[in-house]
Amino acid sequence: MGLDSEEIMKPMDIKDHNDLFLQDEYIEQFENKREFELPPSKEKVTEIAEWTKTQEYKELNFKRQNIKINPAKACQPLGAVFCASGFEGSMPFVQGAQGCVAYFRSHLSRHFKEPFAAISTSMTEDAAVFGGLNNMLEGLENAYTLYHPKMLPVSTTCMAEVIGDDLNSFIKQANEKGIIPNDFLVPFAHTPSFTGSYINGYDNMLKAILLAATAGKKGHPNEKINIIPGFDTYTGDYREIKRLLDLMGVKHTLLSDVSDIFDSPNTGHYKLYPGGTPLADTMDCINSSATVALQKYSTIKTIDYINKEWGQKTIVTSPIGIKNTDKFFDEISKITGKPIASEITDERGRAVDAMVDSHPYMHGKRFALVGDPDQLLGLINFLMEMGGKPVHIVCTMGDKSFEEDAQRILSESPFGSEAKVYAGKDMWHLRSLLFTEPVDFLIGNSYAKFLWRDTSTPLIRIGFPLFDRHHLHRYPIIGYQGVINLINWVINTILDELDRKTMNTASFDVIR
Amino acid sequence: MSVTIKDTQKMIEEVLSEYPEKAKKERAKHLAANDPVGQCSSCQVKSNTKSRPGVMTVRGCAYAGAKGVVWGPVKDQLTISHGPIGCGQYSWWARRNYYYGITGIDSFGAMHITTDFKEKDIVYGGDKGLYAALLELMGLFPLAKSMGILSECPVGLIGDDIEAVAKKVSVELAMPIVPVRCEGFRGVSQSLGHHIANDSIRDHILGKGILEKSTPYDVALVGDYNIGGDAWASRKMLEELGLRVIAQWTGDASINEMGIAHMAKVNLIHCYRSMNYICRHMEEKYGIPWVEFNFFGPTKIYQSIRKIASLFDEKIKDNAELIIEKYKPAMDAVIAEYMPKLKDKKVILYVGGLRPRHTIGAYEDLGMEIVAAGYEFGHNDDYNRTYPELKEGTVIMDDATLYELEEFTRRLRPDMVGAGIKEKYSYHKMGVPFRQMHSWDYSGPYHGFDGFPVFARDMDMTVNSPTWDLIRRK
Repeated sequence: MGLDSEEIMKPMDIKDHNDLFLQDEYIEQFENKREFELPPSKEKVTEIAEWTKTQEYKELNFKRQNIKINPAKACQPLGAVFCASGFEGSMPFVQGAQGCVAYFRSHLSRHFKEPFAAISTSMTEDAAVFGGLNNMLEGLENAYTLYHPKMLPVSTTCMAEVIGDDLNSFIKQANEKGIIPNDFLVPFAHTPSFTGSYINGYDNMLKAILLAATAGKKGHPNEKINIIPGFDTYTGDYREIKRLLDLMGVKHTLLSDVSDIFDSPNTGHYKLYPGGTPLADTMDCINSSATVALQKYSTIKTIDYINKEWGQKTIVTSPIGIKNTDKFFDEISKITGKPIASEITDERGRAVDAMVDSHPYMHGKRFALVGDPDQLLGLINFLMEMGGKPVHIVCTMGDKSFEEDAQRILSESPFGSEAKVYAGKDMWHLRSLLFTEPVDFLIGNSYAKFLWRDTSTPLIRIGFPLFDRHHLHRYPIIGYQGVINLINWVINTILDELDRKTMNTASFDVIR
Repeated sequence: MSVTIKDTQKMIEEVLSEYPEKAKKERAKHLAANDPVGQCSSCQVKSNTKSRPGVMTVRGCAYAGAKGVVWGPVKDQLTISHGPIGCGQYSWWARRNYYYGITGIDSFGAMHITTDFKEKDIVYGGDKGLYAALLELMGLFPLAKSMGILSECPVGLIGDDIEAVAKKVSVELAMPIVPVRCEGFRGVSQSLGHHIANDSIRDHILGKGILEKSTPYDVALVGDYNIGGDAWASRKMLEELGLRVIAQWTGDASINEMGIAHMAKVNLIHCYRSMNYICRHMEEKYGIPWVEFNFFGPTKIYQSIRKIASLFDEKIKDNAELIIEKYKPAMDAVIAEYMPKLKDKKVILYVGGLRPRHTIGAYEDLGMEIVAAGYEFGHNDDYNRTYPELKEGTVIMDDATLYELEEFTRRLRPDMVGAGIKEKYSYHKMGVPFRQMHSWDYSGPYHGFDGFPVFARDMDMTVNSPTWDLIRRK
């Protein structure tokens, strides 16, 4: 190849924001701009910055009662639309102001890098005065005609809740007016953003869908079990649980199955409804022999309903970590009478082998964690199984019962002895903790990167949302394969950090 | 009426045919074939009206406009999302309004601060909690210059008096406390939120800042949110021109800058939609003229530099020519590099604020053609500024729905689409090259001489990525 092609391939020197603003001319601009900003002196800024690292600041920080700063929490309807999307032909439908739905769609798309469709009834000031009936009726008509759904599960924003919209009556009127056919599924859940969080929204929506879908469907037992994944944003988990149950020959229905919604193949066509739990299976799930929930806090009402109203056996067991996964398979085996497949036993062996191989780098390492209640409980187990020490456990969405659950798990292992559980606290609290009682590593979502920047505690990204790293959600964190993925993320972050730390020393080892 | 206009109108009718009667009638008013010269009476779209329920509008709310767009970027204010937990979470550091400062110490842009309403706040009101929250915040962030109370839906519905709380705390702490009534149900889109935010700046901040001395070259850079550093790239050019930018609104803005903008000789406004209100106010009250400009792409940049310079003396006018002379070779080189890869590529733009019209020139500089353009929340004045910029027959869409975007794409077969995160991945699935034109897809800046090369590079990587060819189209 001659000069020409070299020239063609020679890139222009184009600097984007990552490099551009490091240039002297821009640094100078920033400094000169201070003339108009009247900023505090640099000494004062340093003084305050140092003060925020102190015990005194921590105490002040922990005294606050009325304001959240960088919370790991979002509102009910997010969980409701997430859950609602995971059924065949289902279009999440939200009664309330339209900005909320724009936000849910953006938020989920930023995490999954996938399209997410949901409907709003675009309520405005007149609806605030007269109620949202007309918005609901026109919304149902338009959504039904334009987007051809098979189900329109309704949840609410805080606006509809504050003005007291009566969903039940609205939907009845839609039926009476012939806007939607009488046999068309319109489950509804009240999901006010000022109570609970998205884990409760998930729970309320799922219960509503099951209630509507199974009405009058009680019949012959179908020899299946139901699996409720809960508010689980790892699409890999859904595929993993299906694979594992197939290996065991256990027939099952996932409620709700969002795997194809948030991880659909690129075929050059946009499918509005790329998958989800088949509606026939959803209707028939009342006839399954048992329901197994893989999360506790996002399924409390649903499990209670299934147990009491259907009289079905329910089990809540989270397969994150080795012992939890053992327990899960024991339970599955017990309720189905099927033996644990030998492939699964092999997978267990491989996961434990990986743990044994990697343990020296994790043993005794101290961790801070922030995230959703169910995932945190699983991660604590996993860390302690590896000899890691959970130290600060912050759960903004957690409550008293989460605190008790976490304490119980921690008390069962010597590696839990240093741990403290902070339910209802946020990442600004955690910032103080990381300064006053430093740890080696931090586990959290993308927003925890601010903690990494402030406190230099290396961040391992596990949780939701994960905006700034790609594809992590495609890997399972449940089951024995999930254990291997967790080890991979944790150990290799630890080793990366070790390399960074030792790069100018003799300890820069090639074999670890 | 020309053939092109008729063809486009026929296509619009086809797209509309799927709608139920009422929605069809309403949506028909928001879709049109462009007539750049304004002779066709049916070629204007209706805008800034309510979205139809159930159609999947892309629009957001007043809170998004006030907190997300206008107030969020102000760096030394503690901006509080007042109400339930979600709104602040979903808008947390999503718009990349870069700032220079230390987060959590003297700057707070990348933080999510919320009163996290509970049931009891709805029943008994949130004012007491808000009062306590403001005091707690000042204890923890003593270098904050102001606190903004950005209302979410319930606040306005339960009859809270945040103005009274703000006034009280403002006296007690001797600092501005800005109540912003941007509840999400107000208005029809983000747009009213911009207006409400502008008004709150006018009422609580403007005119209260300190500027030691004035010069004849003082300007304010208004309506630039410094997404990916846009405002910094623009500021650099204005400074090279010989102007003194005393205030930057609101990207990398400080409360003091917003308090001294009324001392500028002229307001230079980039995003007209979101900040024309405060410019009009300063014109009325302080007699400050304002001028719109466009720093996307060399053609518009040269025009804008000359337009801005024409308001000043010979020195500045000479500088304008010198700057153009200095940067033109670099701009020409960018065009020479990227035009061959992008020439005649067709683009659909569906964005907010100023971009559906302001970026047209930059695309055209690269030889690309806009075949459809629309605004999420534009008004008539936006569309009137847009029609002349586009060719006859171009599809104009106001408040387009997911359904319409998909249908127009199928029919127009664009080589790329520029829209937002909610649209991005459905286009990826369609195999249509896509660029987020709200956040620059985490790139930027796109403004100014430093921004155009980045813009050109990004459009090239979008259109010409080898990944598109790997899709097995069924």
